[in-house]
Amino acid sequence: MTTQRRKRGREVGWSRVLIYAILILSAMFYLMPVYVLVATGMKSFAEVSLSRMWDPPSGLHFHSFIRAWVGNPGIFRGLSENFMNSVYLTVPATLISAMLGSINGYVLSKWKFRGSDVLFPLLLFGMFIPYQSILIPLVQTLQKMHLYGSIPGLIFVHVVYGIPITTLIFRNYYAGIPTELVESAKIDGATIFSVYRHILFPLSLPGFVVVMIWQFTQIWNDFLFAVTLIGNPEVQPITVALNNLAGSFIVEWNVQMAGALMAALPTLLVYIFLGRYFMRGLLAGSLKG
Amino acid sequence: MRRLDWERIASVVLIAPSAIAIAIFVYGFIGFTGFVSLSNWRQLLPDFTLVGLRNYQRLFANPRFQIDLRNTVVFTVLFLGACLVIGFLLAVLLDRGIKGEGIFRSIYLFPYAISFIVTGVVWRWLLNPGTAEAGSVGINLLFEKFGLGFLKWGWYTDPTVLYIHPESGVGQLLQRVGLGALAYSNFGMSVAIISLVIAATWQMSGYTMVLYLAGLRSIPEELREAARVDGASEVQILRHVVLPLLQPITLSAVIILGHISLKIYDLVVAMTGSGPGFATDVPAYFMWETTFQANRFNQGASIATVLLLMVAVLVVPYLVYSIRTEAKI
Repeated sequence: MTTQRRKRGREVGWSRVLIYAILILSAMFYLMPVYVLVATGMKSFAEVSLSRMWDPPSGLHFHSFIRAWVGNPGIFRGLSENFMNSVYLTVPATLISAMLGSINGYVLSKWKFRGSDVLFPLLLFGMFIPYQSILIPLVQTLQKMHLYGSIPGLIFVHVVYGIPITTLIFRNYYAGIPTELVESAKIDGATIFSVYRHILFPLSLPGFVVVMIWQFTQIWNDFLFAVTLIGNPEVQPITVALNNLAGSFIVEWNVQMAGALMAALPTLLVYIFLGRYFMRGLLAGSLKG
Repeated sequence: MRRLDWERIASVVLIAPSAIAIAIFVYGFIGFTGFVSLSNWRQLLPDFTLVGLRNYQRLFANPRFQIDLRNTVVFTVLFLGACLVIGFLLAVLLDRGIKGEGIFRSIYLFPYAISFIVTGVVWRWLLNPGTAEAGSVGINLLFEKFGLGFLKWGWYTDPTVLYIHPESGVGQLLQRVGLGALAYSNFGMSVAIISLVIAATWQMSGYTMVLYLAGLRSIPEELREAARVDGASEVQILRHVVLPLLQPITLSAVIILGHISLKIYDLVVAMTGSGPGFATDVPAYFMWETTFQANRFNQGASIATVLLLMVAVLVVPYLVYSIRTEAKI
């Protein structure tokens, strides 16, 4: 495969140079906002005039990050609490929804029952709907369940609306595991539970990694549910807090940039270290099978 | 046989919690929203008096909503076009045995891992036009530095709407053939939308690239080699061999990007808000404002229902199609 592709590298000279030029220019475009984020975040308060936006920082100053993290007492709130809120929200919601998706995917791929082929697309549709079309009753329902305005309520919501995608990824993953394995275990007297525990679950690690990365990213980055369901600034996740911070005229823009970098960091780190699985989740989420 | 029955019940029991949750939280809630959209609920306290389709009639007569629909169409077309073209080009170039392919790929894709809020906050500063007193900032400043000052403009603060004026030559011509209605600002585009398109494309084009790259890698090299032997040029091979084979990928990308674009909300909140004269307003933004700030639940519910129908028209045929083809295999 690779040797064949190498062979096509026979065009030499200018066309090759042109290709690299385009690729490098594109890379600069994608990295430009990162440069501004990092450079501005690193500047001292004395050098952050907007007209020097593109200048590199004179040294490594962490004042902006500290200000964004702890805030400016009496003037604006820092993001530290909200960052932790996002952690307390994202970690449990990710774990629960991965578990649920694994069970659903198991049943829908290895224990099909009458109607399961109808159920699956009905579940799937849930991942495409604009959430605006369920927000009004959702607010009402959470209020009745005494979950409105709380992190547990938001966890619940993310678990429910995560069912379609987690089920889809696991179903496709388990479809790749030979059904003969399951069949022969059944003949040996294994039950639906023991097949899962002793055969499927031990093989599930890659599936779990893909699903958990996907859900982690989605939930950490969510804004719509958070802004609709949580009004108290002390309980809000970081995306909502960052939006408030950035919308405030009294917050210096270097602090906004530092805050934006903080909000982006966890998912970026996941992307950098587990990019391979990230890519797999992304393809699983878009293509059937 | 008895054992099998027991297993069948167990499998249904295992999936029941999820099925019930989706039945209530997706389908039940959609039904309730549809019901609210037919009601008279326009203050904090619910009022479930049914008023028929009045909310929809008023909605479509509402100038703000008309602008929103225009903006959604314009944004979707530009955003889809930009993502598909850029994603395809980058994929084709990366597929040519490039040194450091993995690094390039990672750079193009990383924005996808970031929240639209972060994207919005950063791009709001990058596309900030600056002021006359303080001078240019962001991209405008960059243009100045490279001697491209003539490219400076107001970005998302520019209220201009491009459309065919009724008095213009084309406008007159349209009127003569009975299409005069098209020479109207609601069939134009607000230029401020371009800023949203740039930010959204920055975030999503890498994703399109990954889709196309996966597609390119699945095309057997022999096919291209055979075309080459027949004397086809690289461009011809792209057009007549590769592109047709990538059609399913293009379809997937259109569906995924299209439904994201119809629902776009976070980016608008963080970057521009409604904009001057609703230049960057979209239905999802209008929905949230009218529902949760103005308490006009009936209007919010009807916007939500229109949004849902638009997404369903796009997604349902695709879902049915993919499930059918999967079943055949």
